Formats: sequence, C-alpha cells, structure tokens
Amino acid sequence: MTVAISMTINGQSVSADVDARTLLVDFLRVNQRLTGTHVGCDTSQCGACVVHVNGKSVKSCTMLAAQASDAEVTTIEGVANGGELHPMQAAFRDNHGLQCGFCTPGVIMSALDLVSVNSDPSEQEIREWLEGNLCRCTGYHNIVKSIQAGARAMREA
Amino acid sequence: MSGTGIGASVRRTEDLRFVRGAGKYTDDMNLLGQTYAYILRSPHAHATINSIDTSAASQGDGVVAVFTAEDMAAIGGIPCGWQVHSKDGSPMHEPKHPVLAEGKVRHTGDPVAVVIAESRSQARDAAESIEVDYGVLPAVVDMNDAVTADSTSVHDDVGTNICYDWALGDPEVVDEAFSNAAHVASLDLVNNRLIPNAIEPRCAIGDFDQATGQYTLHTTSQNPHVIRLLMGAFVLGVPEHKLRVHAPDVGGGFGSKIFHYAEEIIVTWAAAQLNRPVKWTADRSESFISDAHGRDHVTKVELALDEDGKFLALRESTLANMGAYLSTFAPCIPTYLHGTLLAGQYATPVIYCEVKAVFTNTVPVDAYRGAGRPEATYLLERIVQVAADQLGMDPAEIRRRNFIQPDQFPYQTPVALVYDTGDYDASLSKALDSADYAGFAARKASSKAAGKLRGIGISSYIEACGIAPSNVVGSLGARAGLYEAATIRVNPTGSVSVLTGSHSHGQGHETTFAQVVSEKLGIDFDSIEIVHGDTDKIPFGMGTYGSRSIAVGGTAIVNALDKIIAKGKKIAAHLLEASEADIEFEDGQFVVPGTDKAKAFGEVALTAYVPHQYPLEELEPGLEETAFYDPKNFTFPAGTYVCEVEVDPETGVVDIASFHATDDFGTIINPMIVEGQVHGGLVQGIGQALLEAACYDDNGQLLSGSYMDYTMPRAADVPSFSVDTTVTECEHNPLGVKGCGEAGAIGSPPAVINAILNALAEVGVTELDMPATPHRVWQAIRSAQAS
Repeated sequence: MTVAISMTINGQSVSADVDARTLLVDFLRVNQRLTGTHVGCDTSQCGACVVHVNGKSVKSCTMLAAQASDAEVTTIEGVANGGELHPMQAAFRDNHGLQCGFCTPGVIMSALDLVSVNSDPSEQEIREWLEGNLCRCTGYHNIVKSIQAGARAMREA
Repeated sequence: MSGTGIGASVRRTEDLRFVRGAGKYTDDMNLLGQTYAYILRSPHAHATINSIDTSAASQGDGVVAVFTAEDMAAIGGIPCGWQVHSKDGSPMHEPKHPVLAEGKVRHTGDPVAVVIAESRSQARDAAESIEVDYGVLPAVVDMNDAVTADSTSVHDDVGTNICYDWALGDPEVVDEAFSNAAHVASLDLVNNRLIPNAIEPRCAIGDFDQATGQYTLHTTSQNPHVIRLLMGAFVLGVPEHKLRVHAPDVGGGFGSKIFHYAEEIIVTWAAAQLNRPVKWTADRSESFISDAHGRDHVTKVELALDEDGKFLALRESTLANMGAYLSTFAPCIPTYLHGTLLAGQYATPVIYCEVKAVFTNTVPVDAYRGAGRPEATYLLERIVQVAADQLGMDPAEIRRRNFIQPDQFPYQTPVALVYDTGDYDASLSKALDSADYAGFAARKASSKAAGKLRGIGISSYIEACGIAPSNVVGSLGARAGLYEAATIRVNPTGSVSVLTGSHSHGQGHETTFAQVVSEKLGIDFDSIEIVHGDTDKIPFGMGTYGSRSIAVGGTAIVNALDKIIAKGKKIAAHLLEASEADIEFEDGQFVVPGTDKAKAFGEVALTAYVPHQYPLEELEPGLEETAFYDPKNFTFPAGTYVCEVEVDPETGVVDIASFHATDDFGTIINPMIVEGQVHGGLVQGIGQALLEAACYDDNGQLLSGSYMDYTMPRAADVPSFSVDTTVTECEHNPLGVKGCGEAGAIGSPPAVINAILNALAEVGVTELDMPATPHRVWQAIRSAQAS
C-alpha cells in the first residue's frame, strides 16, 4: 500500500508517495539521500538514527515516515549554519567527542534536545539522558565533556 | 610547526565531515541499478540440510535471483590466514568453510541461501518463502563436552572437535619448579565470550563491469588489501588488477572487520552473475550471529612462588573456542598472541602454556580488541592477586618484587618475546599516586559506614603491538607478511598526498599521520591529505589491527619521507649549486648551513615536476616515494590500572568509584587522540568485566542476540577516567612509538575484578567470574554467607 506524505526536512518542503511500511529513517536515507542519519540496530536501542521531529528527539527507526507527515523534521545535515558548525558540533570536535563518527549524528541530536530542556546539564544528567545512545569508541568520557562544552557555548551565544 | 607536529593535540580533520553527518560509510553508497541481497540463515545450531526449495521465492515480487551453495560450487571456501601446529607437530584441522552451507549448517546464523531483489524488503519477503528441510542434530556448545571422546563432531570429516593441541615452553622444567615451590596459587577462570558490536553494522556492495571484467567490492573492512588477496586469490580466482576493494569511512571495527566474510564473496560473485550491483547491509540481529565473536576461554592457571613472593614458574591450560569454522586469524589468537604474553611485566623464569582450540556449533571466534592479550593479562593479573592475598602481601608490593627491572632490557622472556624497553615501576607508582592508594583504607571505612563494600584492584599489563617480523610470523604459521606500505606523493605545488596501507575506522589517522608529515617536512598541516582504504589508490597494505598503525604504518610513512628528503637534497643541491653533502633540511627549507643559500620545500617540489633547471642525466623528475616497512620486533606498551569499586551488598550492584590508568605508549603523536583510545578501550574492558556476555543455550541458540539481551556499556554505566602516561621510547622504530589502541581493553578487566573481589573479601567471597552482574555478585555474597 502506498501513502502520500509531505513534511518539512531541514527547512525544505518534501512530498512523496511511499510504501506505507517505510520507516522514517529509510525515507531520510534512501528516498531523501540524507545519509547522515544512521542505522545501528533493529531494536530501538542504539540511537544512531536520532532526528528531531517538531523539535523533539526521536529514533527515526521507530517511527513510520507516514507518522511524520506534516511535521518539521531536522536531521544532522540541518544543524550547521552553512559553512559554520553549530556550537555543539564544534564542541564535539574540540573535545574529541567522536572517533568513528557513526553514532555521532544521533548523539549530537540527542544532546541538542537535552540542552533545549536543560541548558546546564551536570555530568550525571548527561549520562542518564544518553540512555538511548550507544557509542562503542569513546567510552563516553569525551562525549560528556563535549556536551557540557556545547551547552556552555550555546548559553553564551 | 609545533602547533601541528608531533606531540600536539591537533583537532581531527575527519571530524569536520563526521559532525555534519557527511561521512561516507559503505551503506551510504548507492550504485545505479543496484539490487539488494537478503541472506537466509540457519535457525539451528547443527543440522543437515535435506533439501532447499527456492521455487516460490524465485517468483516473489521484485526477485532477481535466488542462490544456494549449488550455484556457487565453482568457487572456493573461505580461507584461513594462519596455520597453527599441534605440539606433536601435526598441522591443525582445517575443515572447509563454505560461503553458503553445503549439506549441513553448523551454527545459528550460518548462511544457507541468498535472495536478490529490487528492494531490501522484497528480498526479505521472498526469503520467507524458501523452504529448507533441516534434520536437526545435537549441538556441540560447551567446550568441556566438545573435547570428550564421545562428543558429536562439528565437522564429520575431522572426527574430533580439537582443532589443535598447542603448547609453548618446557613442561618438565616448569613441573620441577612447581615441585620445589614454597607456595602455589591456582585459579580456574572463564574469559567470557564477547560480541564486538561496532555501531556500524557490516555492509558490502559488489559491482561488476562486463566490458572490462573489473570487479569492485565496497566493504566495511579494516584491511581492504587483505580482503582483495583472500577473495581474489583463494575464493573467486580473480587477479588483483581485476579486483578493487574499497573500504571508505568505517564505523568502528575492534577486530571484527579484519576478517573475510561470506557476504563479501556473495555480493561480488552475484554482481557478476547478474551484471548488476548487489548491496547487503546487516541488521544488528544479523551482526550478532554473523560477526566473529571474541575471547571465550576456559582456563586453569597456577603460579609457583618462593617464601618471599618471588615468582618461580607459571603454568596455564586453556580451552579456546574457535566456533564452527576457522575465521581469518582465529588460530593465532589463543596461541601466538596469548601464550607469548604470559610473562607480563614479570621476571618469571619458566612458563608452560597449553591451549586446545575447540570447534563448537557457535559463531566463529576471532580477534576482538586485544585479541589473546586480554586473556593472558586477565589470568596473570588475577593469579598474582590471588597469590598476594594468600601470602598476605600488598598487591602493589608483590608486583614490584617481580617486575623486570629497567636495567634488564632488552629482556628475553621464557615465552619467545624480547621486550625492548619499559619502566614498569614508574607506571605503577604514578597510577598508585593518582589513585591515592595510601588513602584507600579511609575511603573503605567511610563506605562501610554507609553500608557499602569498597575494594581496590590493580592490573599491571603488557601488550605486544605490530606483530612482526614477517619471516618470524611466517615460521609460526602466518600465511601473510606483516609489513606496511606507504607512498608519499609530493604534488607539483608542494601539497602532499600520503597513500597508506593502514586503515582508519575511528583512530584518526587522517590527523595523526598528517602530524608526522607536517613535523618531518615542516609544511602546513592543511596541505597534507591522508588517503587510505582503496586498493586502486594505495600501492599495498596489510591494514589496521593489533595496534599496529602508528608503529608499522607510521614508520613506513617516515621511511618514505626520508626518501623524499634525500631526493629533495639532490634537487636543491643542483638549484643552489652546492654539493649534495652540504645540504641540510630544516623547517621546510633545504639549506647550506652557514650561508644564506636556501630553497623552500615547495620550490624543490615544483622543480621536480617542471625540471627546467634539473640534473636530468642523473635524476628522474618527479617527487614520489614508496616504502615498505617490516618491523624487527613487536612494540611493548605497558602500564598499570587501578580501579576502585563500591559494592552494594543488598543488590550486588557494582559502582566504579574511580579508575586511574597510567600507560607507557612511547612517543605520543597526538595526546588527545591517545587519551580517547584509552577511554574507549577501558569501557570495552569494563563492559567485559561487568556487563557483556554472549550466552548460548544447550541447543546452540544465542540468547544474547540483540541489544535488549546483550548488555552494551551505556553512558551511565561507566565513570569518567583519570588517564596519564609515562614514556620509554620504542628502540626499533624511528618515531619511538608503541601503539595505544588496545591497552585499555587489555588491562582493565582484571583491575575491575580484583577490585570487586577485594571488596567482597570481608564477606568471604573468593571466586567470581566475568561479567560481575548484580545477580552474580549478589549470588556470590549469599552463597558465601550460607557457607
């Protein structure tokens, strides 16, 4: 069964006819070629696929594309301001908060949602917030530092 | 150039794309006319395949083809890259590892058939209609059962489940030392089976150009040249110039992406059959039952000591799981990367180690971060702790008393290796200071007042990186060389392309290697590009594993740079009308010292490509050099980790109160990156100690087959770390580097378990296996109290 969907992705209006079972992450990666959003598991555990839907972080592997119809979707590709990195992206680079980079888009999208509800999170608050994001490279130490630095930069911006 | 040279924490080049989601991982690629493969896998651990009916699947919507083993009869099995010999001199058993199961399946997840369709969901849908008639057989799961005479055989044509029975050392000499010892400590332990779980699932895209006969494989690999060699020469029979293997950005490997996998063969072969690209991407559930697993040893270890706590001898006997088939480097992991590490940091005079490798109906087991060395470190650092406890010695003191001393290097161990440098007491002392070891008793008392049990644990590890030299590993059974290659291509306007056989999948080579070049050539960091991961671009390479990239790949780069500088001196001499012997290269300038004669590196580069004023009769134009570097020896990073835990006796929950690491990695190129490598390794080791276990039931079903069942370390499970270094430079490579990728995963598990057992000593617990889950800790406390 095909359904007609339309949504705004990173500020651009998009319409398409998709198989009704199409997941939002597949719509983004395969249909829209926005490959910054990644798939690391099939049980909604790893968080590599986190995007924002109407400003809230969601796992795009756990939502049908049709459920996001009429929504505002932001992916990692929509975070930077043109050539200039978002302060959170810059903080991840400055604090070595990533290694292989595969989980990073999802972690950054989660971090941005955290800062939207808590502009000055403690280490413990960050660690608990990241319950839905797996990283196998960094041991989380520098992810925590990055998010604290990114939050600080966003407060001061 | 100090800002971007050796020793600077340069921010990573690769991050500029990764933080934007602009990395290019294999699954991000899509080729024109691409089809999708879905692999039907065995639901049984051990069964005959009586028949496969693919007729309905072939008629499925969008289905392009369905293949079984019959269709692939003309190609070879998956080769093994290392042949170990048993102690009686006989070669290991090496049963065929078919690409698709031939008549029998031997582990859950064994590939049985492949469906290729226009979309991934069509391929998956059609696979559901394949009918396989299985004759289920008893599964061989437990290694102790597998080695009994009446066990079912995993491979009928082998007739035993013992792949090899290997030994190192002289058992009689060791037995005699034991019989004369004042004290013997002994320990039975399990090194738990782990699943590597790089967050990027494996992916492979095959492509074929009918007009040229050119095959291309895009794949998630740590070593594309090795895959080209194995698949081209041993499986498909395609020569190197007709096969390109490309491994673009790779989302973590930890060993699991070293190996040559069936899916790489399937997509490459099928692309030629269909004359269309074929893409396969693993679901995470598939990763669990198709990526090679790690560890899985069952071990007995004994340590003989004199009355002063000096080590007299060590004896180990281990069963090492190989799984159902021999993965690429599986046979060398529990032997040459394990038995040879048993001296650790200690001057133990004699050591004997015997290892039986065992076939079981489980996923193949191979190298996982550390590979053999974590297993050696774990048993050694556990038995040292047991001995200290039994003799009433301080665990730091017993280590100090047995350390190889700085004036003993080079040090020949009784297990083949020769350590070049080290200062083990320096690392231990620094780690103990950092951890405030002296203040532990007070902290323990305050934990006790709060109803908690506090413990401290030490692990002094050694590891061996950059396995080499090739002629030695060849004599030990390696079917490949273990050098590395690099080409320095100086472009006409002075920018530099470095083509390296090392592969970066998180390590940051694009930054670290560029720092080495920036330092050596005195040129701007931003004018250097690091090219890796493509057999069409790189002359050759053995890839990245065993913490070898900077020690082996980095040295190949340095050696090629030296050739560039040597040729540059000839060109500069001509330009400056000076003798070549008078030219020196300093800070990016070819100069005649004591004069104002100088030519910038860029001028020399341009002259090499526009050779108007050039000694053409003596020197070729151009400025490009290649070096192959084969190390004389391993490098030997070492250090001490101190872990402090607090255990809640009511729940069995272990909280890591602090973790202090001091490592000696030799020269450090980028401290920021090195610290990151340590952090990541520590959490993989802590994951093994506290959380992770691949569990099979008696039927060979993987119970921990998803992230809902296999406990990956999450951010709230682990602490922040205190990481420090000491330095003794490696003496046999020009950078003095040792390698840092695996140390954290090697050294940390025994530090954690020693700390937990130290905490639990006051309630009478003396034995605990990994992972020390709350349930297991709680049970240990309860059963100690009951007895």
